[in-house]
Amino acid sequence: MKIGVTIFPGSNCDRDALHAVERMGAEPVELWHGDADLKGSDAVIVPGGFSYGDYLRPGAIARFANVMAPLEDFARSGGPILGVCNGFQVLTEAHLLPGALLRNTGMRFVCRRVRVRVESTETLWTSSCEPGEELTLPVAHNEGNYFADPATLAELEAEDRVVLRYMENPNGSANNIAGICSEGKNVVGIMPHPERVSDPVLGSEEGMRILRSVLAGARV
Amino acid sequence: MNIQETYSTLGLSDFEYDRILELLGRAPNYLELSLFSVMWSEHCGYKYSRPLLRRFPNSGPNVLQGPGENAGVVEVGDGWALAFKVESHNHPSAVEPYEGAATGVGGIIRDILAMGARPVALLDSLRFGLLDEGRNRYLFREVVRGIGGYGNAVGVPTVGGEVEFAPPYSGNPLVNAMCVGLIRTENLVRSRATGEGNLVVLLGSKTGRDGIHGATFASDELTEESESKRSNVQVGDPFAEKMLIECCLKLLEEGLLVSLQDLGAAGITSSASEMAAKGGVGIEIEADRVPLRESGMEPYEVVISESQERMLAVVEPDKADRVLDLAARYELVGAIIGRVAGHGELRVKSGGEIVGSVPAEHLAEAPVYERDVVRPSYFDEVQDLDLANILEPGDYNEVLLQMLAHPNLCSRRSIFEQYDHEVGADTVVLPGADAALMRIKGTKLGYAITTDGRGRHCYLDPRSGGAATVAEAYRNLSCVGARPVAITNCLNFGSPEKPEGYYQLAECIEGMAEACEALGTPVVSGNVSLYNETEKGSVYPTPVVGMVGVLEDVSRHATPAFKREGDIVVAIGKGWRTSLAGSEYLEIVHGKAAGRPPETDLAAEKEYSDLVRRLIADGLVDTAHDVSGGGEIVALTEMALAGGLGLHYEEVEAELLIDGDGGGRVDVGLFGENGISFLIAVPEEKWDELQRALSDVPYDSIACVGGDHIKIGDLIDVKLSELRKSYERDLFGAPGGAEVSH
Repeated sequence: MKIGVTIFPGSNCDRDALHAVERMGAEPVELWHGDADLKGSDAVIVPGGFSYGDYLRPGAIARFANVMAPLEDFARSGGPILGVCNGFQVLTEAHLLPGALLRNTGMRFVCRRVRVRVESTETLWTSSCEPGEELTLPVAHNEGNYFADPATLAELEAEDRVVLRYMENPNGSANNIAGICSEGKNVVGIMPHPERVSDPVLGSEEGMRILRSVLAGARV
Repeated sequence: MNIQETYSTLGLSDFEYDRILELLGRAPNYLELSLFSVMWSEHCGYKYSRPLLRRFPNSGPNVLQGPGENAGVVEVGDGWALAFKVESHNHPSAVEPYEGAATGVGGIIRDILAMGARPVALLDSLRFGLLDEGRNRYLFREVVRGIGGYGNAVGVPTVGGEVEFAPPYSGNPLVNAMCVGLIRTENLVRSRATGEGNLVVLLGSKTGRDGIHGATFASDELTEESESKRSNVQVGDPFAEKMLIECCLKLLEEGLLVSLQDLGAAGITSSASEMAAKGGVGIEIEADRVPLRESGMEPYEVVISESQERMLAVVEPDKADRVLDLAARYELVGAIIGRVAGHGELRVKSGGEIVGSVPAEHLAEAPVYERDVVRPSYFDEVQDLDLANILEPGDYNEVLLQMLAHPNLCSRRSIFEQYDHEVGADTVVLPGADAALMRIKGTKLGYAITTDGRGRHCYLDPRSGGAATVAEAYRNLSCVGARPVAITNCLNFGSPEKPEGYYQLAECIEGMAEACEALGTPVVSGNVSLYNETEKGSVYPTPVVGMVGVLEDVSRHATPAFKREGDIVVAIGKGWRTSLAGSEYLEIVHGKAAGRPPETDLAAEKEYSDLVRRLIADGLVDTAHDVSGGGEIVALTEMALAGGLGLHYEEVEAELLIDGDGGGRVDVGLFGENGISFLIAVPEEKWDELQRALSDVPYDSIACVGGDHIKIGDLIDVKLSELRKSYERDLFGAPGGAEVSH
């Protein structure tokens, strides 16, 4: 399986994601922002970082990069896409996911390990998790406060599209939302970084519960 | 302005001006004078410190690059090497804390990048005045924001450091940033310019008027007018730096560069003259070809501008196109601004004319000043400590809570949670341990990093303080299981032109050098920051040591946290020279910085540290912590809080602690420092094996892990939850909440 990782100017978790893909046993593929080509990827990770320096608004400039057009086609055709942190912000700016990520209510960058609960195992990125499973995952962001209008929030809840929920909210996120998915459940955006806990030497492999799900989905 | 006023304004003395006349054989023009001004500042030229720095040992079996390059480099195994350096950004941070700290981080990252290494870890060693002053709270908050704002975006994890508060740093904070880079040994690059006709390429951001004469500014005392020099502080762009990192690594990977140098203090001048002087060649810079971000800049401004996020490379002519193409791919400005010449001069051209030309070697050779080392009289007063005048407190539960809540001892969580400490996915131990611990992907290897400073100790006794600073770093690395390899240092002192400042500098260096020799950790890079003075006086003399160590198997490491109920707690090196002199207890509870701290027994430190490291490598010990500020009881409480497990001190041991170590005084026993070196914890089934391993050193089993209290005989009995409330405080909270206790 080929898993692409997009690289925008200012992405800084791209190398971590590529390394995690290798550990998953899949083939990592670098997707340069200037090339409108997914290079035959079977799944795509939009990694964290500060694409275009987060200037203007996190993700606001990256959505216009050349690589986004084929990515949007891929999303529409049901391809699995995972946006992590800045990647989640890029996907909301590109309207592949609803809502927006606002500044943390604490007005500070927050880097810590948080407990989250897997709320939906219907997505391609959580299919290997147990419903209600609790994971400890790192967050590191300044704008992780998920916001959507009440109707959208109600829709997300009703359609089982809240993927991860914080057990202790680090950023003021609506409904304690840590991650959501698209209507088709193939596009997932999460603030926590599963790639940072994907190696026993780093003390935890819990992130692999999420990342490896996409392999299981592919085999079905 | 007459000429004397001109060169005085630029920070040059009469003597130095005469020297320039002599070297050039003519009068310099303003541009040339500016070149000398920045290159002969203490910041660039080390005028006062150079003779003293020769005292440091610089070589060792693992050293690939000692001082003289952009960073020191040591070999760590499997073909890997680490490049590292610490550097100050004190003066900029005093007047513009956010950008001052941010560009400090950016600058040290480029030093590492200039060696060809990928920057992989950052640490920050910070010192401020007390938080009850609004200005200090502002400086503290903004410095931490600046470090986070830059480091988080640039994608290099901030994995450790230290923060301390004391009155002498009021208004003159110390902001020292350390960076570590990872590189294959065969890929090391140097900054030496070679090859007449090769091109000089400027990469990165455009050049503006920011930071004109910044190095000169950094080599003067801070006054009320310093605030008006905010324009001397540069503005950082971490996004450009991130692109610069990826671009330079790509250029090196493709073998496109002859040499590489970062642009820091004094901008193009400094970089080009150093590259030329090292290569024994000349460099011609065409100021008109430097891409500018504003119009109307004079040639002298162009060549001394300290605009951030720029690097200078020497490139063979046939590779220049590919270099410029790659710069564009990474959205950077790339421009050929000059060439390597045979004449040995740093020559600046503009409009087809030579507007300045100075032999590069003269710029690189600032005059050197040696002073007599005279013991200042203040020692007579501050070293005098009569414990009879120190009243013993009545309630030690209260004292412990008070100490844990103090900004010098409380949890650093509210700081390090603002830094991304996990990006890169190499951070093995999260912040809060004795040293940061990182892995090297694809190997079993790990490396540990610590920064340490002991300003108060160095003030009370510079020589023993200097030695103790190195020893503390050595202990901290050993606690996590790493073999210390080498150090970098940042020497933060007051004016060397005053006898007191020069004495402190000379003596601290002597103490550090002795410790480096005894412990086998050479100095491979460093930075000097003098003139840390305000109208109120000098900062504490504060050499900061950044030490790097190696683990053959990174999975065999230790942390301070208690891990199991029932573990036996063992003190190693117990029972010598426990003292309140210069202790945190004396400062926090009694508001005193006094006494003469005991001298470090370097041989014993080495023996115990090496032993603890072996115990960890052998898999016998996974819980270890060194005893430092706050003494034994604070160290034990830190271990308990980190692990969420309490501790029961053996009844008879509490008596021994007070009567033996404390000489009968409870506070000396509980909170005295420089007594024991290490605390470790092992399960009962490993006790026999441990005893055999410890047969050659003094040790004692003192306590048992368990419960939810800290209980020390009948002296202390507090619930962990109560201790945690004091310890886990937000240092950025409302002024009332951040009030210090005296």
